[in-house]
Amino acid sequence: MTKVTMTVNGKAVSGDVEGRTLLVDFLRSDLRMTGTHVGCDTSQCGACVVHVDGAAVKACTMFAIEADGAAVGTIEGQANADGSLNVIQQAFQDHHGLQCGFCTPGMVMSAAALLQENPTPTEAEIREYLEGNICRCTGYHNIVKAIMAASGQDVSAIAAA
Amino acid sequence: MYAFEIERPATIADAVAALQDEDAQALGGGQTLIPTLKARLAMPATLVSLTGIGEMKGVCLSDEGALCIGGATTHGTVAQEAAALYPALAALAGHIGDPAVRNRGTIGGSLANNDPSACYPAAALGSGATIITNARTIAADDYFQGMFATALDAGEVITEVRLPIPQAANYQKFVQPASRFALVGVYVAKYADGVRVAVTGASESGVFRWTEAEAALSADFSAAALGDLGVSAEGMIGDLHGTPAYRAHLVKVMTGRAVTAAG
Repeated sequence: MTKVTMTVNGKAVSGDVEGRTLLVDFLRSDLRMTGTHVGCDTSQCGACVVHVDGAAVKACTMFAIEADGAAVGTIEGQANADGSLNVIQQAFQDHHGLQCGFCTPGMVMSAAALLQENPTPTEAEIREYLEGNICRCTGYHNIVKAIMAASGQDVSAIAAA
Repeated sequence: MYAFEIERPATIADAVAALQDEDAQALGGGQTLIPTLKARLAMPATLVSLTGIGEMKGVCLSDEGALCIGGATTHGTVAQEAAALYPALAALAGHIGDPAVRNRGTIGGSLANNDPSACYPAAALGSGATIITNARTIAADDYFQGMFATALDAGEVITEVRLPIPQAANYQKFVQPASRFALVGVYVAKYADGVRVAVTGASESGVFRWTEAEAALSADFSAAALGDLGVSAEGMIGDLHGTPAYRAHLVKVMTGRAVTAAG
């Protein structure tokens, strides 16, 4: 076992992990932060997207030891300080950007990374950025609409769902 | 996954030393290796992570005008930092996998793995790159030795890739939509001394140069110059996504598109 130390949503955490412990398993099983989901476990679906030193990564395809010393951000850290939904989360609610909700943590984390890089993305840029996030319920239209709305742009031109 | 230890050396020298153990394996961004480990297709005793080695990261311009990319540089970094220096390469890097994969996957990892459908081998071969390891320099023409096979020795690490910057270049990828790997990808680069055409995704022998197209395009850099040329379906990959004949056909189509897009 190897001791790892990192910050998760600004809070210092540490734990003993095996070499093969994935970052997502450290978050979910050791830290009991189960907001980050495992959908496919093969880096296809993106339900496990978290931020490591500001970059969106698939937590099922990175070892916990590789995040030693890093600043990790998860869905649990997205809400505003008073516990209310942040602008992206609120937009997902307002625009019905989820149905079963399983993919939503990854969708929100990817959306946050996109808007950090590109504060006013086009519809095409949003769809391309979500290539690695799979949703089996919504058909994506309302997710795209929610991200567009979160960026403060008009959503009337997005395909209705 | 079988159990293993992970080492995180901070220097190339320490990484090379750790890789002397025959049960040790280098770990780049892990976007291929970690799924491989999950499938229990590899059983290393130790993984030597290369992502903490500062001297293996970054993009710069050499004195000779070549683009130098550290072996542990992610696709996302290349997409951003090479955009002004070598736009065709940056565009290729910016369309590998998806954004989260690009934030982890590295050029050295991609070239060392040499997946027959990966994008970077086409860029390296198409640019006549030099692969620099801890021990030597290897010309791209000597480096790629078939599907998942390279000139690398056991324990050898790609520390840097040098790509001469062409006058014009473009990469056209016909995406296999589930995996986002190239069903066929063609990299065309025009240099003062001739055109290079490298094809990925198509051949059972991995990335290859289409030399007949290179000769035609060196004389006349236009899609029309491809004329009646074509690659044989023999030796092309056939699977549920496409027959050998389909891939052979795509090679010419994507070459033409790349020439037109390169301008």
